[in-house]
Amino acid sequence: MGNKLINIYRFASPQAFYPLAGKMIPWFWTLAAIFGIAGLYIGFLVAPTDAQQGEGYRIIFLHVPASWLSMFIYLVMAFWAGLGLGFNFRLSGMMASALAPTGALFAFLSLWTGALWGKPMWGTWWVWDARLTSELILLFLYVGFIALQSSIDDPRRADKAGAILALVGVVNIPIIYFSVKWWNTLHQGSSVSLTKSPSMAVTMLWGMLLCALGCWMYSIAVALMRVRSIMLERERHTDWVRAELAEPGEHAGQE
Amino acid sequence: MLNLIRAIISRDLRLALRRRADLVSALFFFIIVVSLFPLGVGPEPELLRKLAPGVLWVAALLATLLSLPRLFADDHRDGTLEQLALAPQPLGLIVLGKVLAHWLVSGLPLTLLAPVLGIQFDLSGEALWVLAFSLLIGTPALSGIGAIGAALTLGVRGGGVLLSLLVLPLYIPVLIFGAGAVDAAVIGLGAQAHLSLLGAMMLGGVFFAPWPTAAALRIALE
Repeated sequence: MGNKLINIYRFASPQAFYPLAGKMIPWFWTLAAIFGIAGLYIGFLVAPTDAQQGEGYRIIFLHVPASWLSMFIYLVMAFWAGLGLGFNFRLSGMMASALAPTGALFAFLSLWTGALWGKPMWGTWWVWDARLTSELILLFLYVGFIALQSSIDDPRRADKAGAILALVGVVNIPIIYFSVKWWNTLHQGSSVSLTKSPSMAVTMLWGMLLCALGCWMYSIAVALMRVRSIMLERERHTDWVRAELAEPGEHAGQE
Repeated sequence: MLNLIRAIISRDLRLALRRRADLVSALFFFIIVVSLFPLGVGPEPELLRKLAPGVLWVAALLATLLSLPRLFADDHRDGTLEQLALAPQPLGLIVLGKVLAHWLVSGLPLTLLAPVLGIQFDLSGEALWVLAFSLLIGTPALSGIGAIGAALTLGVRGGGVLLSLLVLPLYIPVLIFGAGAVDAAVIGLGAQAHLSLLGAMMLGGVFFAPWPTAAALRIALE
């Protein structure tokens, strides 16, 4: 147990985590590819055509995982940010800023695919449904986080300021979600209900879950790649980064 | 504790009253934005009555936003903020005082002005009361939440635009229930549910927001 704890603290330092992340990235890419291909195979070739929605429903194999991950990544980001704020781990802040672009991408994808699905099903690209609106606001929160971090030059201050914003955002997400929901129900009887989940064929569910796993693994792989670049950039004055960057050059010289 | 808050409020008020131009320009911004809408959408009273709650509330959000950067910037520039952070009293209380002072010079005048502008939009007497009351209890929450954004963007490049990017999404619940209360009054439904939620948000915002704001100020001062 004691050893394990020491190990965790060891990997909290960028120098120790950099090679570990490098080793993990191919694994996560492989998992992402396996889950993604399996999920898409089931989704597009095995799952039956929906009785009411025809073939158009198949966009949910991207849409639902994207929505899940956009919310999940925000929580993970806030977790790392809070950890960084509380314990002053350098790595936590880097993880938070590495996750933000992926989260924003998924929030955008979720809105985009939702619009593509909404046009044939509802006859409109956009309705002010509670879920759509709160997903849009989530995208705004990601954009605010990224904008705040990129406008502060000192990385330590950027991490901490971003952490406070992420935590304030996490507290606000339920409030925003419920206020949007009540706003919608108070204004008009919802013409389209997203909350009533249709009875779904088992194969569809499997396809969706596999796609979600694929997207999840992809997010981890991409976040690790991004965190590696952030580490190199921020620690460029240290010896280990110089050694890391010098290595390929030396090899090239020897060959 | 109350003495400290009172001292901060009276200091900030005195400073604000010495620079009345800033105060008045935010108010005129509010008046102009609200007056532009009838010019943009047409003068039909029916339409205006429908738009009024949203327009007045969104204009109030923007006018609050306009005065937020000055909340800490002047004190930061002349070093007062560092002295305040070094004071033995908790920084959160000092922030609370500054938030209340900000509300007195921005939220309260907006509240007093809004019914006059509401008349231009042909709102009924009851709706005007609800509008004034919703702004009275909603604008303190705007000052509180806005203080977090103002502290985070203190001394940052492109602070003003960034501030609106950070703060406006967080203002959405206040906007929904504030405008919703007036809307309900216009339609003839009771506004009480909206006003209760707005009051809860005001208490939550004013009570909790000073602590993350204080944390953000300490980061900015490092």
